[in-house]
Amino acid sequence: MLRWFGQTLTVAALSVRTIPQRLSSSAVAVIGIAGVVIVFVAVLSIGEGFRAAMANAGSPSRAIVLRGGADSEMTSGFPGGQADVMREAPGLKRVDNRALASPELYVMVDVNKRSTGTPANVPLRGIEAVALQVRDEARVVEGRMFQFGTNEAIVGRSATRQFSGVDLGSEYVAGNLRIKIVGVFDTGGTASETEIWCDSRLVQAVYQRGNSYQSLLASLDSPASFDTFKNWLTTNPQLNVQVRRETEFYEQQSQVMTGLIRGIGYTIAVLMGIGAVFGAILTMYTAVSTRTREIATLRALGFNTASVLISVLAESLALALIGGLLGGLAAYLAFNGYQTSTMNFQTFSQVAFAFAVTRSLLIQGLSYALVMGLVGGLLPAIKAARLPIATALREL
Amino acid sequence: MKYLPLVWRNLLRRKVRTIFTLASVFIAFVLYSFLMVVQAAFSMGVDMAGADRLMMLHKTGLIQLLPISYQQQIGSTAGVTHVSNASWFGGTYQDKANQFAVIAVGENYFELYPEAKIPEDQIKAWLADRQGAIVGRASAEKYGWKIGDKVPIQATIWQPKQGQTWFFNVDGIYDGERDFDKTNFFFHYEYLDENRRGAYGQVGWYVMRIDDPSHAAEIGARLDGQFINSSAETKTSTEKAFLQGFVNQVGNIKAMIIAILTAVLFTLFLLVLANTMAQAVRERTSELAVLKTLGFSNLLILTLVLAESMLLAIIGGGLGLAATYIAVGRGSFNNALLPVFIMRNRDVVIGLVLCCALGLVAGSFPAIMAMRLRITDALRRT
Repeated sequence: MLRWFGQTLTVAALSVRTIPQRLSSSAVAVIGIAGVVIVFVAVLSIGEGFRAAMANAGSPSRAIVLRGGADSEMTSGFPGGQADVMREAPGLKRVDNRALASPELYVMVDVNKRSTGTPANVPLRGIEAVALQVRDEARVVEGRMFQFGTNEAIVGRSATRQFSGVDLGSEYVAGNLRIKIVGVFDTGGTASETEIWCDSRLVQAVYQRGNSYQSLLASLDSPASFDTFKNWLTTNPQLNVQVRRETEFYEQQSQVMTGLIRGIGYTIAVLMGIGAVFGAILTMYTAVSTRTREIATLRALGFNTASVLISVLAESLALALIGGLLGGLAAYLAFNGYQTSTMNFQTFSQVAFAFAVTRSLLIQGLSYALVMGLVGGLLPAIKAARLPIATALREL
Repeated sequence: MKYLPLVWRNLLRRKVRTIFTLASVFIAFVLYSFLMVVQAAFSMGVDMAGADRLMMLHKTGLIQLLPISYQQQIGSTAGVTHVSNASWFGGTYQDKANQFAVIAVGENYFELYPEAKIPEDQIKAWLADRQGAIVGRASAEKYGWKIGDKVPIQATIWQPKQGQTWFFNVDGIYDGERDFDKTNFFFHYEYLDENRRGAYGQVGWYVMRIDDPSHAAEIGARLDGQFINSSAETKTSTEKAFLQGFVNQVGNIKAMIIAILTAVLFTLFLLVLANTMAQAVRERTSELAVLKTLGFSNLLILTLVLAESMLLAIIGGGLGLAATYIAVGRGSFNNALLPVFIMRNRDVVIGLVLCCALGLVAGSFPAIMAMRLRITDALRRT
């Protein structure tokens, strides 16, 4: 057994060591596999980045309340009186007897996208003072917080990066809406950073919403009190609302987009992978045929078929490993953290995010490369193992 | 042409190599086709937008509404021949995941969209039925709706006076060319306005036809000028510009597709084919020398190698294009998100050209290598 192992190792090492002699044909397999890994990792990093920006916007210890039947904040709405009722709900976190519940408005404004120079739907959120206590991850990092009762506003860090005309100190005008940007806020790169925040009274006035709101974001006294809070609201005859944990809400809002990107990404990866396997098969057939005499000699010397088979597979896997590492590295260097924004199909509003080349994506890419190498090496390996010694030695 | 059998024979000499090279080239062009289909889907009908149609929205964006009273004023503006209104309704059918565009429209809406093919009697039935709806063939097939069915739609934006559900009668089913969106659900604006709980007398946008597409900019400016300083200022653009704006919101899909395509064509096509041809030439060194000795000109040798490379490219690529064209051609994609799921004829032609060009590029280096062979060197080498 040990001898068999030793034999196999020797032959495998031999075939891997001689790769440089077959450089041009080996390059086909390496570059082919690297190409697949780059495309695979890059496309999926878009989906991953989008999902992360959305998922991290939510917190498990917060709940969002929308009107029954509404599928997003955009389409939701309820009178201010109902918001007062909601503040009485059990399970809410209270500070100095004040409920940490933030009634908000959510509309969209046209702001030009820097990359295209054309208008995009950027969310404008009307908030009250309590909002910053509820959204405790938000920090004003440049300028200052806006003053309530004025037309001042603060803008998310990603929004200033992706859109023009909403920089610190600028004034944004559209129709009856006129806001002055006095600060930039940060929420750690989440989807909320694509928004502009101002006084809810301003949104109510400009958009003729009277005393109404579209959503209520509530801090729970613990993640476990969600059910208490939800049941109280949904069984209250004064209200017609739906309650969701904020994490679930954002998860659901990102489903369509993430699913779409993943669907396209995996289709491309599978097709390209098949193509790269064909390339690898060609490479390995070439390798086997140029080494026909060498392999036959090994066999004649008494090396067993299994060691020949494994040596061809080892070579193919080595090429795949190089390709996979190169591809993963290139994708990481070229795309990780790349800032962009897109329109979420479920809400029609912009979400800024950064491509995220995660460790799990890199591992997936590398594993995929090795699978391609294994599949690509299989047929040529069998051919090599079955080589009839006598004829092979006579060849050439 | 008389050398074609020679080229063909050469291809058959190493069957395994030829087959896997063809397979790789085939996959490269299946991917090309798939990427073009995705791009067509994301361009959301910009190519098909009517040049003589304008869209008027509220100046601050799609979510602000416009008064219905504007319609008459728009209709009497010089240059405008037809005008109708539309309002986004949202809505879902049975399950929240079943989303498609539900739109409340004015009675003459379909006069503006001759692309939607509806039998005369169905239009008549719809006009006579306040609760009537006209639905796209793709959605009708997906959900099994037939003419005469009563369809419940759950409200998302507009709640009815009672409950959460709106009911409509399917009076007509529209069809259209394969690149026309057949997932929409249209019903009467009057019915929406009478039964919703607020925002009475307001519409989402106006669509109009103008007499001369080359005057689109002036007519647009004239229209917007009429509503300046009113309660709802407007923004009018061509339908194409409106859709393009929408596409731009998603991001630069085109650049991304081109980047992926470059990677695909380089790794699966160019590299593989060039390597195969280089190997073929290397193997046949002595043979090529014999051909030259027999009097084959350098140009002919060059042509023979190029022909072999292009033949591989065209067979593999052509099959790839054909396979996707047939697979996609079987009905449009039943997805309201990206309703137009087709391979455009234009993209097939571009694919074929690309295929020939890349075949030429891949073969050029080995072909030059073959052409430059010196008979004496080549014969001595073996």
